[in-house]
Amino acid sequence: MSLSINLEVKHDVLCVRLSGELDHHSADELRAQATKAIEEFDIHHIVLNLEQLSFMDSSGLGVILGRYKQVKQMNGEMVVCAISPAVQRLFDMSGLFKIIRLEPTEEFALQRLGVA
Amino acid sequence: MKNQMQIQFSALSQNESFARVTVAAFIAQLDPTLDELTEIKTVVSEAVTNSIIHGYENDPNGIVYISASIEDGMVELTIKDTGLGILDVDEARQPLYTTKPDLERSGMGFTIMENFMDEITIQSHPGEGTEVQLKKHLSNSKMLCN
Repeated sequence: MSLSINLEVKHDVLCVRLSGELDHHSADELRAQATKAIEEFDIHHIVLNLEQLSFMDSSGLGVILGRYKQVKQMNGEMVVCAISPAVQRLFDMSGLFKIIRLEPTEEFALQRLGVA
Repeated sequence: MKNQMQIQFSALSQNESFARVTVAAFIAQLDPTLDELTEIKTVVSEAVTNSIIHGYENDPNGIVYISASIEDGMVELTIKDTGLGILDVDEARQPLYTTKPDLERSGMGFTIMENFMDEITIQSHPGEGTEVQLKKHLSNSKMLCN
């Protein structure tokens, strides 16, 4: 099962919806697509919806951290939502919740960024 | 009764999912919990990715070897490459340590393997390769006897 990437721009927020498996193989494609969208649409914030993500490993953490750094340069922030317990463990282990906010749903995440 | 299997495959990133799904299918006969299955798949993915990126530096001519055995609810995995090897294993095991930050590596691979498995042994020799042995006892295992 590969990764399916859905991107939507709402004002200066990029909504990234992932379904399938995020590993080293699929991380390259996500990095390329998200980086292009951030630059092209003058994106400041990212909402990462992982509701349909069935698998993720440390390569996923790497690409998420990379996009966080990208929006951080614009004084933006990243909000992650709808994550599974397995993915939550990886976030906990790596300390990512210290810099990336967690919300239960995409709607809450967008509200938090003031675009809902 | 001990049951074992071996696979080997080219060091190509598209084989990462093949590797973890194959090992998970083999382990499934022990009737693991969903969490345990996810943990096993994740550690296989971590070790195989390390071999591809660090051991072989994405050279598809490299071969990654996996052997798995199950006995009385104990899972033993060995993931091996004959690549570059690790200069300082203790340093490599540190959380967030990576030699390839430019590739957006998180440096969490070995930390995840340590957390998700009961035991980890890393043998590495520069220029010869790396072998990672992982052990985990499954909580609710029952062998299916035919």
